Amino acid sequence: MDDPLVIADREYSSRLITGTGGAANLSVLERALVASGTELTTVSLRRVDTAGGTGVLEVLRRLGIDPLPNTAGCHTAAEAVLTARLAREALGTNWVKLEVIADDRTLLPDPVELLDAAATLVEDGFVVLPYTNDDPVLALRLEEAGCAAVMPLGSPIGTGLGIRNPHNIELIVARAGVPVVLDAGIGTASDAALAMELGCAAVLLATAVTRAADPEKMATAMRAAVVAGRLARSAGRIPQRFWAQASSPPR
Amino acid sequence: MKIDVNGAPREVADGATVAEVLAALRLPAAGIAVALDGEVVPRAEHAATPVAEGAVLEVLTAVQGG
Repeated sequence: MDDPLVIADREYSSRLITGTGGAANLSVLERALVASGTELTTVSLRRVDTAGGTGVLEVLRRLGIDPLPNTAGCHTAAEAVLTARLAREALGTNWVKLEVIADDRTLLPDPVELLDAAATLVEDGFVVLPYTNDDPVLALRLEEAGCAAVMPLGSPIGTGLGIRNPHNIELIVARAGVPVVLDAGIGTASDAALAMELGCAAVLLATAVTRAADPEKMATAMRAAVVAGRLARSAGRIPQRFWAQASSPPR
Repeated sequence: MKIDVNGAPREVADGATVAEVLAALRLPAAGIAVALDGEVVPRAEHAATPVAEGAVLEVLTAVQGG
């Protein structure tokens, strides 16, 4: 596999991790997932209704995509730890996208509860992928706690505001010993490309695709953007200059 | 006896196990996870774990999200 994404003991050829939330129906979701080329995608855990599940797991199984359960909706470390343990039981995976949300208006991570939950879950044998603030100090603390990756936000969940503090993302990347996954806030393809240009190992996005007017087309765009950004990062961009520098010979 | 399943009151046989409650309520046995009074009950223990009067059972599965 050329230039794989390596997280914990797994390798993926795609650096685009998707979410399944926000899609109008499963057939739209399926086409978008195929177009994205993703190999890892998030699901949430909710109460079973008597009519049965939504069939999202069946779609992922058919497409050969690994499910990544999240702890969306949890506001405390205790809730998130219980949800992660239930997800492990339901899905048979010890991987978890750890989310501990401070409030429902911003959906920003609660750093204190997040670090607490991460430490508990690592101790319990989980591969923990925490959704975190774009805070370089917290990212290091999560890594020290044993997280297999850190996933800073570009901007709040679902806003599509892109990467509001690119310098912080670069600081996180510069010091991280685990993969950095840009998670949340991606609005369009250039945001995903920028994340990769800043040195992120992967991009995680959901609604930028699922709520686009044409999810399948946007998934195709995101796939190309992640590849382009990765290539540009490794190609070594030219320095930015204040004054022009001619590229044609002087005479 | 009365228990609470996913936030709704349910009448189940006295001394029922987790497995019997799932079967009685026609809940799927695969792809789900069960918490009994806030603690995960591993699948292998469903058949051997009794549910007490007034117990709170949460039965969860994966849905679209994130």
